[in-house]
Amino acid sequence: MNMIQAINSAMAVMMERDPNVIVMGEDVGYFGGVFRATAGLQEKFGKTRVFDTPITECGIIGVAIGMGAYGLRPVPEIQFADYIYPALDQLVSEAARLRYRSAGQFTAPLTVRSPFGGGIFGGQTHSQSPEGIFTHVSGVKTVIPSTPYDAKGLLIASIEDNDPVIFFEPKRIYNGPFNGHWDRPAENWSKHPAGAVPEGYYRIELGKAAIVRPGNALTILAYGTMVHVAKATVEDMAIDAEIIDLRTLVPLDIETIEESVKKTGRCMVVHEATRTGGFGAELSALVQERCFYHLEAPIERVTGFDTPYPHSLEWAYFPGPVRIGQALKKLLKD
Amino acid sequence: MTADALRPNLPPLSLHVPEPRFRPGDAVDFASVEVPPAGAQPRPDTAADPASFHDLAYTLVRVLDDEGRAVGPWDPRLDPDTLRAMLRDMALVRAFDERMFRAQRQGKTSFYMKCTGEEAVAIAATHALSRDDMCFPSYRQQGILIARDYSLVQMMNQIYSNSGDNLQGKQLPIMYSSKEDGFFSISGNLATQYPQAVGWAMASAAKGDTRIAAVWCGEGSTAEGDFHSAMTFATVYKAPVILNVVNNQWAISSFSGFAGAEATTFAARAIGYGMAGLRIDGNDALAVYAATQWAAERARTNQGPTLIEHFTYRAEGHSTSDDPGQYRSAGEPGAWPLGDPIARLKAHLIAIGEWDEERHAAQDREVAERVKAAQKEAEKNGILGHGLHQPLDTLFDGVFEEMPWHLREQRQQMLDEEEASGRPWARKS
Repeated sequence: MNMIQAINSAMAVMMERDPNVIVMGEDVGYFGGVFRATAGLQEKFGKTRVFDTPITECGIIGVAIGMGAYGLRPVPEIQFADYIYPALDQLVSEAARLRYRSAGQFTAPLTVRSPFGGGIFGGQTHSQSPEGIFTHVSGVKTVIPSTPYDAKGLLIASIEDNDPVIFFEPKRIYNGPFNGHWDRPAENWSKHPAGAVPEGYYRIELGKAAIVRPGNALTILAYGTMVHVAKATVEDMAIDAEIIDLRTLVPLDIETIEESVKKTGRCMVVHEATRTGGFGAELSALVQERCFYHLEAPIERVTGFDTPYPHSLEWAYFPGPVRIGQALKKLLKD
Repeated sequence: MTADALRPNLPPLSLHVPEPRFRPGDAVDFASVEVPPAGAQPRPDTAADPASFHDLAYTLVRVLDDEGRAVGPWDPRLDPDTLRAMLRDMALVRAFDERMFRAQRQGKTSFYMKCTGEEAVAIAATHALSRDDMCFPSYRQQGILIARDYSLVQMMNQIYSNSGDNLQGKQLPIMYSSKEDGFFSISGNLATQYPQAVGWAMASAAKGDTRIAAVWCGEGSTAEGDFHSAMTFATVYKAPVILNVVNNQWAISSFSGFAGAEATTFAARAIGYGMAGLRIDGNDALAVYAATQWAAERARTNQGPTLIEHFTYRAEGHSTSDDPGQYRSAGEPGAWPLGDPIARLKAHLIAIGEWDEERHAAQDREVAERVKAAQKEAEKNGILGHGLHQPLDTLFDGVFEEMPWHLREQRQQMLDEEEASGRPWARKS
């Protein structure tokens, strides 16, 4: 299975198990989504459980909150993460706070799925990584898978979760574990061990990172597409790096991070989002606070640039093996 | 300028900025407010095509005439007990508002909002709904809780953020929440409850339930994107929802013109969506009841949503933090042509021989006593400003269902800080 199929499978499994799970969003019904993530679901579960919506993200999330308050478990899709901004107030001021402000009387157990990140020539409006906006908000969880297996298990756990979850899907690796840059060839999930996905139900607990590659020379903290780029880079450079796939940014698996950095003494953070105020800044601060006396070099941040996503120059923007490689050399210099 | 040099013949454009008819010091004359005679508006069948009654979005559906008689096809023909119950609830909410407004002025809480002059909007609508229908109120529909016999003490506990507050002091005063009573948690962000109500109604329909949803916002909030998103969803899926716009003429100091009232009515917003729209006399409890009952029947029979504009007037300030004397004529509330909703319902009950001045005066005393007794009871649980009423560590409860490590750490930090401070109100349990 590729990641799209795994995500589709997670929704099918959950809709089978729980009649309160419903899927909604632009084009998700009859057509099955522009990325085909919801293909076949309407046919299987009917039009009142899988349906197209008007093009109003504010409406999609607002309606989903009301459905959640009723007792359903909506899985709304925002077609591209770039379009989540019109829904921001409903997510930030409403979904995120409903439990708190009503002292638990009302909750918003929604899982907002949205493809994010660049690398498909989507330009400024189909490439952004807005995860940092949501990690800054109290009351929402932010989940980002990097493999089909994780995507399914994490999505199932997200749908079962009673808090609102923003589930960002790295669209660059929807079909294969491409390392994310023109410098390296693509490889399909079917030829990749991480591509094996069981048909039935299983879950991956939110808040647990994965050590995708053990090592001793340094720790790389990454998520989504960047896990693959980092992995390809250290393999090419034959560096003994430990790569941690965070999987969920909130809640964050601080224990795994702390343990690894204390062991390796060096830390690099990689993400595709713009640099200033990005989640990498939070990770750097946490590592500095908790592992300062174990650090042998300043923490390195490898990120996208503080510009809008450039259409024709997207590969120059995208953190690839060269940018990561240079940072690795700097980090390992002393 | 270059443009002028190139096109010297063109008249200059001018920007229109709306301005209310009266400002402080101006004499008030509401002659321009069209008030059609009561009873003159047709009442379509609830299964009728919304396109067949567009006129109802531009007129005012009225039942009570100037003599207190109920006239015309919209008369809901209520029994005297229901009429008296509505009158009592309206009197109770006014007494409650009076007392809590004073409590704020006495420094017992931070904030209060009255619904004076608009009591019929929430009270009559709630009487026309089923008890288990879900209401998504704005901040001026405290009447819903009153009409559903919610505990006055509980409301005050919430206003005082005291130890009896069922929201643990986490919300602003008056931002009630009671799932059990079909009262959705109030948000301060405007019109966000609109799509939420539509979603609740859609869920109810999708599950084959029989309950419907009702939502309220002010006319100023209709400018929010959420309002229009909700209208689209409601009409697309024929959601069983009643969408109420309370046109009380003022959004803090901005008059209704800034939400588009100069161009058309708020009920007419429905027409563009192919939705049923009614514009009603919001100070006429019978008209509010009848319109809500009609819209509820449409919703319950899968005829879809109804937008109701309640044409009313905010007789007091926006909140305790507002001074309407600074921006509107002092004569406005008294000159409002649709009168006072309580006085009008009272006149009706007297006209049909089911009420009299003595009973009304006795009721006023009784509701004032009830509110006073409730206040005494609530203040036993404390008032805002007299220290902490909730254990300090509840601050971190309910951000998530289960508390993650970073919140646990921050909670511990706060408790350590509290320990170190030696403050006299140190952690209470």
